[in-house]
Amino acid sequence: MGVTQILFWVLSVVAILSAIMVVVSKSPIHSVLWLIMVFFAISGHYILLNAQFLAIVNLIVYAGAIMVLFLFVIMLMNLNADTEPQKNKWLKIAGVIAGGALLLVFVGALKNADLKNQIAQVNNGDIGLIHNLGIALFTDYVIPFEISSVLFLSAMVGAVVIGKKD
Amino acid sequence: MSKLVYLVPLFPLMGFLINGLFRKNLSKSLTGIIGCGTVLASFIVSLLIFSETRKEGFETVVVKLFDFINADKLHIPFSFQVDQLSILFLLIITGVGFLIHVYSTSYMQDEEGEHFARYFSYLNLFIFSMLILVLGANYVIMFIGWEGVGLCSYLLIGYWFKNIDYDNAAKKAFVMNRIGDLGFLIALFWMINTYGSVNFAEVFAKAPGTAIPILTGITLLLFVGATGKSAQIPLYTWLPDAMAGPTPVSALIHAATMVTAGIYMIARSNILYTLAPITQTVVAVIGLATAFFAATIALKQNDIKKVLAYSTVSQLGYMFLGLGVGAYTGAVFHVMTHAFFKALLFLGAGSVIHALHEQDIRKMGGLKKFMPVTHFTFLLGCFAIAGIPPFSGFFSKDEILAAAYAKNPIYFVVGLITALMTAFYMFRLYATAFLGNFRGTSEQQHHLHESPSAITIPLIILAILAVVGGFAGIPDVFAKNAHLLHHFLSPVFEKSERLKPVIEQSNSLELTLMAVSVFVELIGMLYAWNRFSKDPELGEPQGFGTVLANKWYVDELYDTIIVRPINALGKFFNDVFEKSIVDGLVNGIGRTIQYGSRQLRLLQSGQVGAYVLMMVLGIVILFVIQIILKK
Amino acid sequence: MPINYYIFLAVALFCIGVAGVLTRRNAIIVFMCVELMLNAVNLLLVAFSKMHHLALAKNDLNAGINGQIFVFFIMVVAAAEVSVGLAIIVMMYRNTHSVDVNFLNRLKH
Repeated sequence: MGVTQILFWVLSVVAILSAIMVVVSKSPIHSVLWLIMVFFAISGHYILLNAQFLAIVNLIVYAGAIMVLFLFVIMLMNLNADTEPQKNKWLKIAGVIAGGALLLVFVGALKNADLKNQIAQVNNGDIGLIHNLGIALFTDYVIPFEISSVLFLSAMVGAVVIGKKD
Repeated sequence: MSKLVYLVPLFPLMGFLINGLFRKNLSKSLTGIIGCGTVLASFIVSLLIFSETRKEGFETVVVKLFDFINADKLHIPFSFQVDQLSILFLLIITGVGFLIHVYSTSYMQDEEGEHFARYFSYLNLFIFSMLILVLGANYVIMFIGWEGVGLCSYLLIGYWFKNIDYDNAAKKAFVMNRIGDLGFLIALFWMINTYGSVNFAEVFAKAPGTAIPILTGITLLLFVGATGKSAQIPLYTWLPDAMAGPTPVSALIHAATMVTAGIYMIARSNILYTLAPITQTVVAVIGLATAFFAATIALKQNDIKKVLAYSTVSQLGYMFLGLGVGAYTGAVFHVMTHAFFKALLFLGAGSVIHALHEQDIRKMGGLKKFMPVTHFTFLLGCFAIAGIPPFSGFFSKDEILAAAYAKNPIYFVVGLITALMTAFYMFRLYATAFLGNFRGTSEQQHHLHESPSAITIPLIILAILAVVGGFAGIPDVFAKNAHLLHHFLSPVFEKSERLKPVIEQSNSLELTLMAVSVFVELIGMLYAWNRFSKDPELGEPQGFGTVLANKWYVDELYDTIIVRPINALGKFFNDVFEKSIVDGLVNGIGRTIQYGSRQLRLLQSGQVGAYVLMMVLGIVILFVIQIILKK
Repeated sequence: MPINYYIFLAVALFCIGVAGVLTRRNAIIVFMCVELMLNAVNLLLVAFSKMHHLALAKNDLNAGINGQIFVFFIMVVAAAEVSVGLAIIVMMYRNTHSVDVNFLNRLKH
């Protein structure tokens, strides 16, 4: 087992365990923290796949901005573990079973997929580099890029309008 | 001329349509003219056809109008058959029918215009159906007419429909007719199965080769139909109740024409019956029993029309006796004479009822002074029905009795006793109603007068026919080859005659039989005349008389055996089957759907979490189906 | 790494996210689980892009870059969505003083 393999497995285990803790935690703040752990693990996977740009962007945008926003809102509402409303026990079990069923279905579906033995390139590959990604972004995909700025504008306006106190 | 035979039923049909559709707009006189005129036109055409049939070498003419049923091997054309038997009946129906139509214009004068027209349209429809019956060239066309007269009988008995008793009588008549019709239908189907056809020509040609059991079955079933239509035991109880209809209706339908349909049918199928001796015996026995039985009931009836009704049943029994012993001509002869004198008697009774508005003979009496024409014609009718020579009834009744004696002397004896009773009750009726003192109210006496000419002229014409009608059938004892009717009808009955010739009796034997019957009838007549003119039976019947007056409780018997079980069955089906099962099923479906939708509605809880759960489950199921399909 | 491993990992993360959405009643936690699902998809997309790059690198130097561009845009959209979503949740809290998802049952009518 090379270093790559060990890293892959470690990161995977961390990701899954943290995800489970997100769902299971009683306190919302703990859930946020565990989610940040997940993001770190996924960024680790990105780096392993040599998608450097995305790894950094993931950390900055997701872990840095979005999760901070979540924390703001949670602290604004002063949510604790004791004010947490609990769902009906049966519904919780039903939810878990549904998720499990989905997992089984996916696994069953993809088990015999043709691309079983295709390899995802690890460690190498240039496409993840900022230079190449940037060129592709500004040449082939420049229109979606510009339109996403309009998207941000509308999101900002929407957030302000919704949040107004009238 | 025979080719134009379709005109004969066509005129009454048009009369029915015109009077029926425009009943609110026509005046009474116009309605009467149309109603009577159509029948008169039919009578004239029938006369012309009759003169053609009298010529030598006349062959049966079959006029086909159109194909009625054409299915693979079964061909039933709508055709009319003109031969001696049908033309004779045609004359009787249209002739007597015309007289009764004229009579009705005066008798029904009190009705409102719309109902007056309704009456005449029904009457025309009846004539139309009866003509179809006798003109049909195959059993199916005959059956169409058969059903049609049953329908018209229902319509006319229940003419005054506002009275529930009359409606019930009409229903009773129709239902009993229907029971007989079932027998007729089964015979029809059996015939199609055996011969592949119902045309008279084909069936009668193939008849001699058929197995006896099959023939016996078919003829017995046809006879069942005849018992319903012609009021024989066991399906006779409707006829006395049918007196609820207007008197001209009773005269036409229940004396002269419809009830003779059974006789016509058997006379037409004479070859079938001759080949099935068992059925003939059955016919004769039932006819004789009915004649005797009905005569006993008539002895104690006090309603003028009921006496005549039971008398009709009894005389029909005589006709069936004639058919049963092979005297086909005699039976048809009696049909003719009976049409004359029974119509006469009924119309006379109607004249009395119209004058007095009363039907109980105990409340009449001494009408001889007040209504001379009615009285005299009624008396002639009584002579005819009692069988006193030289009136018509004597010739026809004696022909039947002689043939009965030849078959079995017991038939003759029972027939003789019945003739005695016939003379007795008829003259009891005559004496109680017309002789002695008037027993009605002074109010009635004040208004009592002879009926108008529209009533009396048909009475006179029928009386003449009742007197001379017998001379169409003078038997051989009096004059050789003078039996005009026998000669006329011989082509129809010749095959039967060849197979089973009516036994020729010696002249002396025949004269003896005739003398015995005349003597017996005279005794009955004189005794009744004498007794009842002096001392009419005014009280209620006593002792055995109550059984007779209550018609031997036959109606009550039928009620208990048949009507109540059927009603109970119907009630059972209604309560259990209809209410619990069928309704339960239908309502249950409704309730189930309501319950289901109530439950389904709970799904819409408004909770987003539940919706997402359902979404995920749906996706899972879709995936699973995909995988399975791909395999 | 065989692509299978990445597929299973992403699927597992996704399903955990689904279970979280169905199980929790707090609106914010539900939202976070949606983010988790998005991230699982992102991971898978990047893995596929590398797979394609490996297979097609001989012909085209930039083969498989589409996957990573797509992930970039997913992140863009996720960011916008989070801002608007949290604004809505704050409004909900202001009106009902609770972040219970079951309180939003106006859809019943």
